[in-house]
Amino acid sequence: MTFYEIVRFALRGLSANKLRSALTMLGILIGVAAVILLVAVGNGSAKAISDRIEALGTNTITVMSTGRGGSTSTAITKEMADALADPVLAPDVRSVSPVVSAAATVTYEGTDHDVNSFVGTTPGWFTASNTPVGRGAAFTADDEAQGRRVVVIGSTVAEELFPGVDPIDQQVTVGGALFTVVGVLDEKSSTGFQDANDTAIAPLTAVRQVLTGYGSLTSILVEAAAPDQVDAVQSQVSAILNQKMSVADGSTTTPYRIQNASQLLETQTETADTFTTLLGAVAAISLLVGGIGITNIMLVTVTERTREIGIRKALGAPRRTILTQFLIEATLLSVLGGALGVAAALIGSSFEIVGVKPVIVPSSVGLALGVSIAIGLFFGGLPAGRAARLRPIDALRYE
Amino acid sequence: MSRPVLDVRDLKKIYGEGEATVHALRGVSLTVERGDYVAIMGSSGSGKSTLMNILGALDVPSSGAYLLDGVDVSRLADRQLALARNRLIGFIFQAFNLIPRTSAVANVELPLAYAGVKPRERRRRAMAALDLVGLADRARHEPNQLSGGQQQRVAVARALVTEPALLLADEPTGNLDTRSTEDVLTVFDELNAAGRTIVLITHEPEVGDRTKRLIRLVDGRIVHDARQAPVTV
Ligand SMILES: Nc1ncnc2c1ncn2[C@@H]1O[C@H](COP(=O)(O)OP(=O)(O)OP(=O)(O)O)[C@@H](O)[C@H]1O
Ligand SMILES: [Mg+2]
Repeated sequence: MTFYEIVRFALRGLSANKLRSALTMLGILIGVAAVILLVAVGNGSAKAISDRIEALGTNTITVMSTGRGGSTSTAITKEMADALADPVLAPDVRSVSPVVSAAATVTYEGTDHDVNSFVGTTPGWFTASNTPVGRGAAFTADDEAQGRRVVVIGSTVAEELFPGVDPIDQQVTVGGALFTVVGVLDEKSSTGFQDANDTAIAPLTAVRQVLTGYGSLTSILVEAAAPDQVDAVQSQVSAILNQKMSVADGSTTTPYRIQNASQLLETQTETADTFTTLLGAVAAISLLVGGIGITNIMLVTVTERTREIGIRKALGAPRRTILTQFLIEATLLSVLGGALGVAAALIGSSFEIVGVKPVIVPSSVGLALGVSIAIGLFFGGLPAGRAARLRPIDALRYE
Repeated sequence: MSRPVLDVRDLKKIYGEGEATVHALRGVSLTVERGDYVAIMGSSGSGKSTLMNILGALDVPSSGAYLLDGVDVSRLADRQLALARNRLIGFIFQAFNLIPRTSAVANVELPLAYAGVKPRERRRRAMAALDLVGLADRARHEPNQLSGGQQQRVAVARALVTEPALLLADEPTGNLDTRSTEDVLTVFDELNAAGRTIVLITHEPEVGDRTKRLIRLVDGRIVHDARQAPVTV
């Protein structure tokens, strides 16, 4: 009997038991698709996080105070920010943006809106923090120097206060003072808990005058000339700050903290990897459950199939032919089911799932396919192998 | 005289252990010559099917020797056993044993497929065998769409289709009416006239009377072995 004929026998065997074949395939399909999709969702959210951090700009560092404000010894001041813009001591710094920020209520014609972070800074902040202005324009260095009350608002603020109205050149009230809207920020994707678009940016001088007063800064955003100079910038900034805040040489504690976007990226990526692993574990369990389902279906039919094997042996089928036929059946089922599962996962990954765009991990495809095929072969092949070794009459009597 | 087709010596078959032990065969010795036509009769549970399964190389005895065409069956490997079952023996089961959800003609084709016959030739011979048992018009039906008698005749067609030298039939007419019984027995008569050896089990005396030799089993022993007609080869 030729191999081709055995394949035809296997196909006939599958089509003779359509429901069982379909159920087995469905089990494998769901298992494979679940693994691939869940891992893709985990991977997708990890990617979204790192994209967002990269959007913050990986060539910047942020200097923040470790104190809780008030105490003068830990405060970061405007003078320190000015000292950082020093072409001799800090040659790799491109720009320095002092930042103050506070929650504020913005009012326009009787409509109130609470802005999470009302930021006061210098014009260089827009490029350094990778926050382009969509409509209108950013304020200028001159606005900042003159302390003009102008403001650039985030898209959420624009939608809340100016539904159907062009916000440019409108006047809003913040902290009892009138600010003129000069621009609206481009919409930013926000996957975190805070709405990145619920913000407003105004000149540092104006914000200090109206909202925060002339105390310490919230942070200083320092931009390096190139991404690979971030580390150099960090040590130059530390040196200047240590001197300014009179930190002793070799002291392990500093009154300030430097946040490095690429370091942040690393820790966030680690967290995201843990998340992906967790989802992968859930997916693996679903594959296992799918596998148990397959096993169940196959065991239920073992009696019938064992009898069939008995008949085939009685009619003169050698053990090898029977084994080949049943292994081909099991292989076809699991390979087909697996392939359909991959297809389902590919289709599913083109949609957003719980706000995350899934990104397929190639190795998860291989793993899911491998495991499902192994399960199919093992549980399809094992009973067949055992039955093929029985004497025909014992196989026929099997119950 | 050539060597016998079947030669069994002091065959015993014991089922189960301890309390539940059943002595199905208690020492059966028997030789069947080429071209013979043997009927085995006996009450229910006397060991007829047990003997037949061993003769068909489907089961092994607890003790005793079985030579098929002069070859000791217990020494055959799986492949040679498969070959013997496929080429030499045609076996009709008491319980039909057709493959479910598979058409009658596909069931009849099966032994030919394992013999390596090409599909077209296979289909032709299977249809001819079904025609012989009067079921050509039911070729496409699956076993559960056939009556008991029709299933039995499909099983007969499946055993005949390879034109085996030895036909072993366990109550081949058990579910058939007088006319179908007559048809099947006519086929058997013709096969035997063509020189094929037939051993069948039956409960019907009129079937037993048509054969050349009648054996009676009681409690796993041969108690009667009578020649009714000479073996002509
Ligand atoms: N697999 C088995 N396990 C235990 N006992 C068995 C088994 N097969 C048959 N027997 C017993 O062996 C004895 C002979 O059984 P067998 O099937 O050979 O009878 P039979 O002569 O064919 O009967 P019938 O005419 O009813 O078909 C019976 O008593 C039966 O109960
Ligand atoms: Mg019987």
